[in-house]
Amino acid sequence: MRVEKPLVVQVVNNIDLLFSLNLAQWDLFIRQARRANLLSRFSVTLRDQGRLDQVPEQVRTHLESECHLADQQKRVIEWEIGRIREALDTVDLPVIFLKGAAYVAADLPAATGRRFSDVDILVPKSRIREAEQALFLHGWFAEKLDPYDQQYYRTWMHEIPPLRHAQRRTVIDVHHAIVPETMRLHPDPEKLIADTYATGDDERLRVLAPADMVLHSAAHLFLDGEYQNALRDLVDLDQLLRHFSVQEGFWDALYRRSVELELSRPLYYTVCYLVKLLETPVPASLREKLQLDAPGGFAGFLMEKLFDEAVTIHHPSCSGRFSGIARWVLYVRGHYLRMPLYLLVPHLLRKAFMGNPETA
Amino acid sequence: MIVSDLSTAGVSRRLGKGQLFLRTGPFISRIQTSIASIQSGIALLYAGFPVYDDAPFADFHVALERPPNLRRWFRPQVTFKFDGWAPFKPLPLNQAFAMFEWGMNWCVVNHAHRYLVLHAAVVERNGCAMIMPAPPGSGKSTLCAALVSSGWRLLSDELAVISLATAGLVPLPRPVGLKNQSIHVIHQRYPDATIGKAAHDTTKGTVAHMQPPAESIARQQEEARPAWVLFPKYTPGHALELQRYSKAQSLLKLVENAFNFTVLGKQAFDCLGQVIDDSDCFTLEYSSLDEAVSQLNALEIPAPCA
Repeated sequence: MRVEKPLVVQVVNNIDLLFSLNLAQWDLFIRQARRANLLSRFSVTLRDQGRLDQVPEQVRTHLESECHLADQQKRVIEWEIGRIREALDTVDLPVIFLKGAAYVAADLPAATGRRFSDVDILVPKSRIREAEQALFLHGWFAEKLDPYDQQYYRTWMHEIPPLRHAQRRTVIDVHHAIVPETMRLHPDPEKLIADTYATGDDERLRVLAPADMVLHSAAHLFLDGEYQNALRDLVDLDQLLRHFSVQEGFWDALYRRSVELELSRPLYYTVCYLVKLLETPVPASLREKLQLDAPGGFAGFLMEKLFDEAVTIHHPSCSGRFSGIARWVLYVRGHYLRMPLYLLVPHLLRKAFMGNPETA
Repeated sequence: MIVSDLSTAGVSRRLGKGQLFLRTGPFISRIQTSIASIQSGIALLYAGFPVYDDAPFADFHVALERPPNLRRWFRPQVTFKFDGWAPFKPLPLNQAFAMFEWGMNWCVVNHAHRYLVLHAAVVERNGCAMIMPAPPGSGKSTLCAALVSSGWRLLSDELAVISLATAGLVPLPRPVGLKNQSIHVIHQRYPDATIGKAAHDTTKGTVAHMQPPAESIARQQEEARPAWVLFPKYTPGHALELQRYSKAQSLLKLVENAFNFTVLGKQAFDCLGQVIDDSDCFTLEYSSLDEAVSQLNALEIPAPCA
């Protein structure tokens, strides 16, 4: 059993720790942070604090490099936000940004040095065709998919296939819901859309309401099957909660909304791990209420063991004996939650035997 | 300690255990591999490079492994891993050393945005650097190998590393990659040159690497000022032709050859502007290496570098 938290997790909690590291510890820190997709975040934070010149020269090479990548990403995303707004304006649709792009659009602390590859947006399901056509006219094309994958996306998923810009190569994921259609949970997209707010003076640039933004990130982390970025996602959630909790009544609103959107179970897991790993200040009253949503008995014990493995960093220095199995079980769970067995079994069989034409 | 202070067995043992820390230019790479062709390639072609048994910090942790699949038995392959993660698909095992070299380039191109990095060869004399960006097939590496075998110092045959702060050229000497006929040409002209085992049928044809001169390695911490930007082109049967090339066009061509121009944005533009301001820019069309080398030896040093 690992008693001590991985170095990167300790640094999330206390960035000053970096200044007591020797070179060998810096080496390990950079490797873990890079794998966890958090190195940019730490680098930009140190730069913003004016402390990059206090790190050893060899280390600085890597931190400066990450700062440059983070700056580029910010430039690119800010530009794309404007271009997507222009495109959707032609069909009279506001743009609702999700996840990383939303943090940038709303200039939230979670955006600091955050790396992501796609811009995610939310569009009412009834208008998805119009949105896709408008984006098409502005240069975003659906990537080539085989007919099965096309149909899989369009029938069962909560998003259409990714659209890539022909010249700039940026990718947009257009969602009409925050979880797949086939899931047993149905957080109502109409409720989410109704509560969005404008990030500035421009009414057409919008993001989810604070509680919804947290719940979306929580749902994404604990219902999906992929955990490579689990620690990064927890850091996002930590930042969002610390930022929003200064608003009066935020915690109560968050709990009420989680029940309303059927997302109190992922919120339960989120709060558990934030408290356990990142010492996020979550009020005891919320933790007590969420305890009602905790899975009991053996299932509860098993999920805890699985998530313990999943939320750590996927680097040899952090992986335990069961990490690989735990990740595989969670991957299967992600699929199982996503669709009923009568859809899932044929889908996985097809993927196993037909393979992906790209990689075959 | 340099690589040739160790026995070949000593190099192999350290590589097998992942305890070989190799310094190339500003970077230290920890290398792990049990593949014999890479072990002998490193012992031969990196003979003069500084090496450490145990360094507290490595810029790049790389490993080259044979993937544990069935192909192991009938069509063996090699995978390049960056700290446990494989960024590319495996290649046939006979290309292992070439893959090591490409992987090392990939490490720099993706993690060294502290510098502006161009796809170009860089050589130097009297502290003045000549940057030679050129598309594959233009004879850039052949010319580079000929120049460094005739007294120029090798800064890099593949990656021009430019300091954003000073616009100075940072040396990153590594073995010089030679392709197809140029392996034979360099071998004929410089019988003393040490050239490693050729890998056939790679995506670039037949590839072999030449050991860099000892002096280039000894001075690998010493930056050089930009002085010339040269666009070479090998054309069989063509008389030697050195022509001034417009600074504006040269700048645009450097931008085209930059790996991280969009990452660095305005800083990259300003840095390249400084390089171009300080350099004389030429195109060189040639068919005879002798003529090309003596022409370049005769180039006047521009004022900013003098």
